[in-house]
Amino acid sequence: MSDYLHDFFDMPSDLQHSWIGLVGLHLREALLPVVAGLLLALPIAQLCVRFRWLYPPVLGITTVLYAVPSLAFFVVLINYTGQTELTVMIPLAVYSLVVLVPAIVDGVRSVPPETLSAATAMGFGPVRRYFQVQLPIAVPAIIAGLRVATVSSISLVSVGMLIGNQGALGNLLHDAQIYNRPELTWNSVITTALLAILVDALLVLVRVLLTPWMPSGTAGRKQAPALKDAAR
Amino acid sequence: MAKSLRQPEGPGVLIRIDSVTKRYPDGTVAVDRLSLEIPDRSITVLVGPSGCGKTTTLRMINRMVDPSEGTILLDGEDIQRQPVTTLRRSMGYVIQNAGLFQHRTIVDNIATVPRMLGWGKQKARARAAELMERVGLDAALAKRYPYQLSGGQQQRVGVARALAADPPVLLMDEPFSAVDPVVRKGLQDELLRIQDELGKTIIFVTHDIDEAIKLGTMVAVMRTGGHLAQYAPPAELLSSPADAFVEDFLGGDRGIRRLSFFPSARLELTSDPVIPLDATAEQIAAPDAPYLLVTDPNGRPLGWSEPRDLVAGDIRPERLLSYGRPFVPGTDSLRAALDCAVLSPAGWAVAVDTGGRVTGVVSQQTIGEAIRSAHAAGRDDEKVAG
Repeated sequence: MSDYLHDFFDMPSDLQHSWIGLVGLHLREALLPVVAGLLLALPIAQLCVRFRWLYPPVLGITTVLYAVPSLAFFVVLINYTGQTELTVMIPLAVYSLVVLVPAIVDGVRSVPPETLSAATAMGFGPVRRYFQVQLPIAVPAIIAGLRVATVSSISLVSVGMLIGNQGALGNLLHDAQIYNRPELTWNSVITTALLAILVDALLVLVRVLLTPWMPSGTAGRKQAPALKDAAR
Repeated sequence: MAKSLRQPEGPGVLIRIDSVTKRYPDGTVAVDRLSLEIPDRSITVLVGPSGCGKTTTLRMINRMVDPSEGTILLDGEDIQRQPVTTLRRSMGYVIQNAGLFQHRTIVDNIATVPRMLGWGKQKARARAAELMERVGLDAALAKRYPYQLSGGQQQRVGVARALAADPPVLLMDEPFSAVDPVVRKGLQDELLRIQDELGKTIIFVTHDIDEAIKLGTMVAVMRTGGHLAQYAPPAELLSSPADAFVEDFLGGDRGIRRLSFFPSARLELTSDPVIPLDATAEQIAAPDAPYLLVTDPNGRPLGWSEPRDLVAGDIRPERLLSYGRPFVPGTDSLRAALDCAVLSPAGWAVAVDTGGRVTGVVSQQTIGEAIRSAHAAGRDDEKVAG
């Protein structure tokens, strides 16, 4: 048993990382793109809210980009960014937009019109109104989007193994084959799944902490529209 | 409630709407050459069916909508001449469903405008606590979030929030439409009480003519297409509607409703037919009245009875006839007095003091005479005014 455990966590030397190191690498490659996607999605979503006609084409473009296979992205990007983490992270950031933009747009639009009217009538300028009213009220929807984007990003990182071992935990899949060590496959799959569950739980915690103003019973219901839209 | 007795303090016009038109790009005219002088320190109600431009008019006063033509003067100065956020922070705004910030606590909701005006956190919160008390909210609600409050409580928070920076003007857009009738009545009474204390210039939009008549010092009736149909005090609206539209909009019972504006203080009361529960045979026989009102040892009314059904020493309260709903002379109007007389099988109204003790009774006939003389006085007033 202890031998098996030893083998389970014994990383082949070609990976140049311990198991913990791979976990850290995996998280970095998965989460940085989501953060970048969020920073990109916020202004895009605000434009879509401001100019309604912009939303359908933006939605179309993000969906088309989402449909591009990651392999195709890598082939194009490798000419510019080489066999690096960046080549993995750029497609992931782009993919996250398909979830995050609709989530933020829905969240900002979910602010009741009378709340907006009240804010305007009290003398909130557009910027103050965005940061103090619309964005805070959109937080539940945004985090719902972040949960989907993060989990999918964590699972997608593994594909990076195809371009010179940039797949973090995904690289274990490759090594399992060449070294005939099936336990590495299990390690990769289980660790990735645990990471996804853990990060998801953390995001739920963040949501609870950020929104003490939400009726506890309706938390799930309020997120539902954003998720549905993301899947569209 | 004889609210017409409230006089706006001091003359002066705070808001003047001068031939204002709002035309939308598609050609729809929401407001058509509207001119109104809104007296200060009083409640002016804009009332009319949907699409009459009442909300648009209100929103032009704080520049949420800009007029296509015409000007709006605030204390003699064009509202276009100051920064729009400054203008808005000097006007409280209350809307349907309150429009509270769901992500902020009650106390922070109320403190919103003071905070924007740069007050310190402590001062703004102290002010919010003071306002919660003024609008009748329990201090324990301060740290709650809007979803934890009832609709009526939320609306009170909305009023408190609008009053927070002590603005001279209060704009209210159908604030009480979404709450049930009992809560609405409470909020209306509260608004009148607050207004008595604070003397704001309030512009109040509603589609409910009864609300307009109850709250308004002046009432502007608007009709579809943004035309002003009539602008008058509510009593005048009821007695002489300008045209068929206004008459129709006012609905039935105009005569009865107008009685709300006549005080009952001058009704001549008699206590002859009032006898105590332990009345003697002489006390029962003495009054020359078809019905007697029996009171309990505290002087509160128990019910009416014909004298021949009463046995001295054995008057049973449960066998007495209903006395309807008594009125309080000086507080209630002639309408309440008449209502009480009509409800009572004896045809007499029971007058009580604020403690509910009988101060006398008055017959339908006497009330009828009071109505006739009030009408006569009303006509004289109109002649003088005209």
